[in-house]
Amino acid sequence: MTRRIFVPRDAAALSVGADAVAQAVAAELGRRRAPCRLVRNGSRGLFWLEPLIEVETGSGRIAYGPVTPEAVPGLFEAGLLDGGAHPLCLGLTEEIPYLKAQQRLTFARCGIVDPLSLEDYAESGGWRGLAKALALEPSAIVQVVLDSGLRGRGGAGFPTGIKWRTVLQTPAAQKYIVCNADEGDSGTFADRMLLEGDPFCLIEGMIIAGLAVGATRGYVYIRSEYPHAFAAFSQAIEIAAAAGYLGPSVAGSGRAFELQARLGAGAYICGEETSLLESLEGKRGQVRPKPPLPAIAGLFGQPTVINNLLSLASVPVILDRGAAFYRDFGMGRSRGTMPFQLAGNVRYGGLVETAFGLTLGDLITGFGGGSASGRPIRSAQVGGPLGAYFPPTLFDTPLDYEAFAARRGMLGHGGVVVFDDTVDLAEQARFAMEFCAAESCGKCTPCRIGSTRGVEVIDRMIAGVDRARNRALLTDLCQLMLDGSLCALGGLAPYPVLSALEHFPEDFEKPASAAQAAA
Amino acid sequence: MAAALPWDRIEAQAIIDRLRHQPGATLPILHALQERFGYVDRDAVPLIAEAVNLSQAEIHGVISFYHDFRSTPAGRHVIKLCRAEACQAMGCRALEAHARDRLGIGFGETTPDRRFTLDGVYCLGNCALGPAALIDGALYGRLDTARFDALVGAAP
Repeated sequence: MTRRIFVPRDAAALSVGADAVAQAVAAELGRRRAPCRLVRNGSRGLFWLEPLIEVETGSGRIAYGPVTPEAVPGLFEAGLLDGGAHPLCLGLTEEIPYLKAQQRLTFARCGIVDPLSLEDYAESGGWRGLAKALALEPSAIVQVVLDSGLRGRGGAGFPTGIKWRTVLQTPAAQKYIVCNADEGDSGTFADRMLLEGDPFCLIEGMIIAGLAVGATRGYVYIRSEYPHAFAAFSQAIEIAAAAGYLGPSVAGSGRAFELQARLGAGAYICGEETSLLESLEGKRGQVRPKPPLPAIAGLFGQPTVINNLLSLASVPVILDRGAAFYRDFGMGRSRGTMPFQLAGNVRYGGLVETAFGLTLGDLITGFGGGSASGRPIRSAQVGGPLGAYFPPTLFDTPLDYEAFAARRGMLGHGGVVVFDDTVDLAEQARFAMEFCAAESCGKCTPCRIGSTRGVEVIDRMIAGVDRARNRALLTDLCQLMLDGSLCALGGLAPYPVLSALEHFPEDFEKPASAAQAAA
Repeated sequence: MAAALPWDRIEAQAIIDRLRHQPGATLPILHALQERFGYVDRDAVPLIAEAVNLSQAEIHGVISFYHDFRSTPAGRHVIKLCRAEACQAMGCRALEAHARDRLGIGFGETTPDRRFTLDGVYCLGNCALGPAALIDGALYGRLDTARFDALVGAAP
C-alpha cells in the first residue's frame, strides 16, 4: 500500500498557508520520487497547530505542526515519511492530549479521511447507519432518534425525534428535509469543518431523515461566507449521486432521495428556520409567524424537517451504534456529545467534541489553555452573538442546555468566544444591539426598532448621560424585546446586553471622556 | 476571482433561462448573475420577475434584503473583513480602523480608482485564527496590520 501524507484543505488551514505547504510537500515528493500519495484531508480542529500535516506509519499517524512551506525540505531531511524526529513533530496524532480527551462521534472521521473519497468513507464506517435504516420501518427510525435523546444542535435544543415524528405523521405528496448550514454565530465553525471534512456524513444523515419521514427531496442551505464549504459539499453531492447514493434509488433500495446545496446571501437571520425556508423559496428572508410549524407546513407549504447540520450529521452514528450508545453520553436531559468550538482570545482554539457535562472552565482552561494574549480571562460569550457574557465566577457552569438556561445563558450552537481583560463589556453590549439592528429582518417592531433604540440608550450610558435612568430604560427595553419579538434574534439579543449589565456593571460606570459627553 | 464581464442582457437572459425552472430559483439566479457580471444590473430585475413569476417590486425586495447582492459593480478586489465577536477578541476593531485608513474608504465603499471594495462581514468561520478576512474568495487568518498591508500591496 502506498504511504499517505495528509495536508488539510480545510478553509481555516488554508487561511494560514496550507496550500503553500501542500505545494512544497508535493515538490519534495516529486524530487525524491517517493512512493507516497498526498491527501488533502479536513482539519482535526486543532487550529493553533495548522497547517498540521500527518504521515501514515506502521505505528499510526504522526503529526507535525504548525508547518510552514520553508520548513518542508527540512522535515523531509529529518525523515518525515517515516515519522522522523523534528522540532515540529507532535508524535502520534491520536495521542495529542487535546484530541485524546475528546469523545468524537459526529466528528469521528473529520480530519482523518479524504473528504471526497467514497472508499475512505465506507472503510471508516460510513453508510452503516443507512444500511440499518433501510431495514427499518419509518416509524422505527424515528423511534431510534427519539430514544437517542438527540436535541437540536442549532441552539433551541428541541428534540429532533419529535420534529421527525410530526413530519412522518403529516400526510403529503411531497415532503422535504432541509439542513440549516447557515452557521452565522461568531465563534462557531463546526458546520463548516464537517462540510469540508466529512460531507458524506451529512448526506447519509439527510438520506436517513428522508427515509424516516417519507421525504424525497433535500436542501442544504450553506451561508455564502463559506465558499470553500459550498464547493466541497457540492462536489460531494455529485460524487454520491454518481455512485447511486442519491437519486431515484438510494443504494439500490428503490427509495428516492435528491439533494441540492443552496447558497445563502449574507443574512444572519436566515439561520432562523422559517426565514431560511423563505430564502430557499426565493424570497426576502423574513421570519414567518408560528404556527404553522415547518413540520406541518414548511418549505413550499409542505411538511418539512428542518434541522441543524450537527443534528443531521449525528444521525448516522446513532443508527449505526444504536440509541442507547449515544444516549449514554451526556448529563441530565442533554444526551450524547456536542461539538463545542473554542474561539477568540484563547491559546488553543479549536473543535472540542465531548459529552455534555464538562464545565465551561474545563473547556476554556483545560482545553483552551487560557488566553492567547497571556492576559487574564475576563469573560466568555457562549452561544454566539445572542449568547450571554459569563464572568469567570460562572465558569463552573456545566455544558448542558438546562444548566445554562438556569444562569440566563444558552449553549446555542456550541460556540465559546473568550475575551481577556482588555474587553469593554459596555462596548460588547452595544455591539449586540448594533448587530441585531443590522441583521433584523424587519418583520416585528421589538427587534427592528428596539435594537436601534438599544444602541442609542447604551451610547448615552457610555457617554455618562443620566446613567441610572438609562439603565432602567435599557432593562425595560430588553424585557420588551425578550417578550415581544417574533423570533430568537430580537428575543435573544437582550441576553448579551443584560448579562453584561449584570456581571460587568463597572464597565457602564466608567468616567466618560469629554468627547463622549459632548456627543 | 474571475474578472467580471460587462452587463449583457442576452447573456443574462441565458443565465436566467438555465436556472429558472428549479423551485425557488430567485437566489440561484441572482448569485449566478452577480458571479458573471460582478453585480446585479437593474435591467435584470424585469427579466428575473418574468422568469420566476413574481413582481419587479418583489425581486427588488430580495436584492435589497441580502447583504451580498450589489446593484453597482464592485472594485477589482473585494475585501470582506470579519467584524464579529471572536475577531473582536483578537483586536479586529483596530484592524478595521487601519483598513479604513489605509484604503481611505468606509465599509460598503469602493476606492475611487476602483481597485478595492471593503465590506464588513459577521463571521467567516475562522474564529480560532482571528482576525480573519476573505479577499477575492481566499480566506486569511491571524491578520494584523502588517499582513493586511502586504496583502493589499500585492493586489494589482
